[in-house]
Amino acid sequence: MAFLELKGVEKFFGEHRAIKGIDLTIEKGEFVVFVGPSGCGKSTLLRMIAGLETVDRGAVYLEGRDITRLPSSKRDLAMVFQSYALYPHMSVYDNMSFALMLAKTDPALIREKVERAAKILNLTPYLQRTPKELSGGQRQRVAIGRAIVRSPKVFLFDEPLSNLDAALRGQTRVEIAKLHRELNGTTIYVTHDQVEAMTLAHRVVVLRDGQIEQVGTPLDLYYRPNNQFVAQFIGTPQMNMVAGPDVAQFESSLSMPVPSGGYLGLRPESLTLSAPGSGQVQGRVELVEALGAETLVYVTTPGGTQLVARQNNARDLPHVGDSVGLRIDTAAAHLFDSHGRVVAPSVR
Amino acid sequence: MFRFRFSLTPDGAVGAGAAPVAVPAGARAEVSRFLPRALLAPAVVTLFLWMIVPLVMTIYFSVIRYNLMQPGETGFIGLANYEYFVTDPSFWTAIVNTLLLLGSVIAITVFGGVALALLIDDPFPGRGVVRVLLISPFFVMPTVNALLWKHMMMNPIYGVLAQVWHFFGATPVDWMADWPLMSVIIMVAWQWLPFATLIFVTALQSMNREQLEAARMDGARYFQQLRYLYVPHLGRSIAVVIMIETIFLLSVFAEIFTTTSGGPGDASTNLAFLIFKQALLNFDAGVASAGALVAVVLANIVAVFLIRMIGKNLD
Amino acid sequence: MAPKAPITAALVGRTVAAWVVTLVIFFPLGWLVLTAFKSEMQAISVPPLLFFTPTLDNFVEVQQRSDYLLYAENSVITSVISTLLGLAIAFPAAYSMAFFRSKWTRDVLMWMLSTKMMPAVGALVPIYVLAQTAGLLDTRLALIIVFMLSNLPIMVWMLYSSLRDIPHEILEAARMDGATLWQEFRRVLLPLGMGGLFSTGLLCLVLAWNEAFWSLNLTAAKAGTLAALIASYSSPEGLFWAKLSCASFMAIAPIVVFGWFSQRQLVQGLTFGAVK
Repeated sequence: MAFLELKGVEKFFGEHRAIKGIDLTIEKGEFVVFVGPSGCGKSTLLRMIAGLETVDRGAVYLEGRDITRLPSSKRDLAMVFQSYALYPHMSVYDNMSFALMLAKTDPALIREKVERAAKILNLTPYLQRTPKELSGGQRQRVAIGRAIVRSPKVFLFDEPLSNLDAALRGQTRVEIAKLHRELNGTTIYVTHDQVEAMTLAHRVVVLRDGQIEQVGTPLDLYYRPNNQFVAQFIGTPQMNMVAGPDVAQFESSLSMPVPSGGYLGLRPESLTLSAPGSGQVQGRVELVEALGAETLVYVTTPGGTQLVARQNNARDLPHVGDSVGLRIDTAAAHLFDSHGRVVAPSVR
Repeated sequence: MFRFRFSLTPDGAVGAGAAPVAVPAGARAEVSRFLPRALLAPAVVTLFLWMIVPLVMTIYFSVIRYNLMQPGETGFIGLANYEYFVTDPSFWTAIVNTLLLLGSVIAITVFGGVALALLIDDPFPGRGVVRVLLISPFFVMPTVNALLWKHMMMNPIYGVLAQVWHFFGATPVDWMADWPLMSVIIMVAWQWLPFATLIFVTALQSMNREQLEAARMDGARYFQQLRYLYVPHLGRSIAVVIMIETIFLLSVFAEIFTTTSGGPGDASTNLAFLIFKQALLNFDAGVASAGALVAVVLANIVAVFLIRMIGKNLD
Repeated sequence: MAPKAPITAALVGRTVAAWVVTLVIFFPLGWLVLTAFKSEMQAISVPPLLFFTPTLDNFVEVQQRSDYLLYAENSVITSVISTLLGLAIAFPAAYSMAFFRSKWTRDVLMWMLSTKMMPAVGALVPIYVLAQTAGLLDTRLALIIVFMLSNLPIMVWMLYSSLRDIPHEILEAARMDGATLWQEFRRVLLPLGMGGLFSTGLLCLVLAWNEAFWSLNLTAAKAGTLAALIASYSSPEGLFWAKLSCASFMAIAPIVVFGWFSQRQLVQGLTFGAVK
């Protein structure tokens, strides 16, 4: 029996069908990430699981129990909000102990739990401060602390890192991963950042327009995307999509033809720069982005297609305007039909 | 009084058609429909009564003969009260005075208020104190305001204005006797100027500074900035100030009561005072009610006209 | 701290202009305060006295007039009670509209605004007649009711907008933490809404205190407020400016000070949120 299960869940905003029939099962202890572009419904779905939005059709089961109509306060779920939603008039200690206090837990036990959580999150020196007196990163940790103190059945995170600056974001991401390993709590994490999805998740759920596009482990989605949307959403820089006249020059080297009206997908690392005249494709360098550990080279073919190639160092860089050749690892190519569905997943 | 028609922007969700009704954001899903309505009821009921009861009574009184000194003698007399009120020799004077008062005070407070707000918008030494001093007249009781001006300022012998006039070698003005309406206008404008200034100062604070900087870099001089940036931004708050002041100024009463009693003659009588005279000096509730409805209609006309102007700006 | 602005001619010009205008506008009020400390002869002196030995005689004399204290008491009682009563009715309504918004909410708010637009004089006759019939003329109860009804729309609007300012996620967090509706209200909403309640109350206290129209018309010797007292202030001895100034000063001082603190609420409350 799955720990958390969604069956045919739907939601309407007025006439608009925002969530269209979601089926999903989540196992105990799993870290599942909902990812997708803005407006895809990932936050709405999370809030429906939390009970903050009503479920218009379908059902939500937790440990076999139907919680669809149960109010949030009774679901035993903890949520970390994007804006942290700390109680401004209470100290950090009171913020973290609020739920336990409401449940009439023994004060000594509350103290023990709060202090333990504070220690894990390095919040012990701040327990008597109010949220106003804390930095963004500290507030975020209090929000997390408030959740872990309760030992809930499921942790729900709603884009928790989006209000942090880049450096802090990376750091906190690592801490969240460590925290999950320590506590082993079932977690649903919503983000629009696919890097967070790739690094934190056991499984990723890619959503678009209220529907699940694909569910799988991060690497599954990377190497075996079911459709063009997932292929281009996961992985940065985006997978190169080749269509139209240019496809012809590649086709000869592929094991099967590209479906008509379809696309050929090539990850940047499957393109290697070579001397002009060699390789399957020729082109001219438009832009070179030297990031140090790797370099991204933007090449335009005579047919007008722009391709991005990834090179794993900063040596022998071409110059803008140079003519180059590109060698393609055809075994790693993805083929999509005119509806965006994958035709022949590449095999690695 | 009158129905407002605004386009509703959905807040969260508005259930409609075949789709199930969703609960608005922030609300608890499990609360029944009953609680919110019960909470709202006392306020709605009391305000409804406050609106309806006087209105119905006023309409009733206006079509009967009813003198407060002889409450027994009543009878339906149709529109005779209205005729009486409208043919009162002071009626048109009162209307004109009301509009003059309204228009002058609005003009003074809007122009003065905008000018003042622009003046104190950018920081300068002592700005905090200036703001506090400037806002003070608004919180002075209308009766204190009236007597302050009548005696200390406008008294033709001992008043400060008289002294100033003397200082410049001119004969002091007997404000109350020669310029009664103007005196009232001055008092009321003095009181409301701070209100307008405060509104405009607040509105200016919300101006987009970056927009101003961009304009400056584009070479706009101060007057061009005024015309293209400041005034349009202030447009909405000017409209609001005019609307609010109209509502309150139509009922200017205390100042007139305390100083000129509408006189000399009816030179400073406005509609509100005329109604008061009929009601509590002549004790003719019937005529006073007729007059009150005239005032309400006038207020409605002005307000509807302004509401439409504001409605687009509001939210 | 931002660097201090360079001292330019423009800055000097603006500062001088602002101060001159402010002093001119504030002058009558300042003059009132000064006169409160003068003797009657000094008050009417020609040319007007700026420097004089202040005296507290007026304060003593005014308070010895028994009706001053009575009227002051009436002002306090009517404004405080009408405000508290109004808040008790307005707060649930504002709460209901802020958190259980329906498609009627907008219309209800607008309708409440419209009841405030009715000129007071339009209700003069019926209210007077009602008060007379109910034996409530010249009573504090009548004033309390009328003040409360006059300010109710403002209170609802202001409380509504301050409740809406509370981020709804904080309330959702309370729910996730297991709070029932009552617990959510008592432990989170109320503490956070206290500021709005207080400032709304302050503003309406000011408005009720200054209210003159109904005081003048519905009361006489027993329930009159300070507004009415000042209107009829005169002295049998003839000279009364200094005492009038003193009585006025005492009547307005606390309210003007309260007003300084409720500037922001004034803007929001009286413009019904149209100007932020």
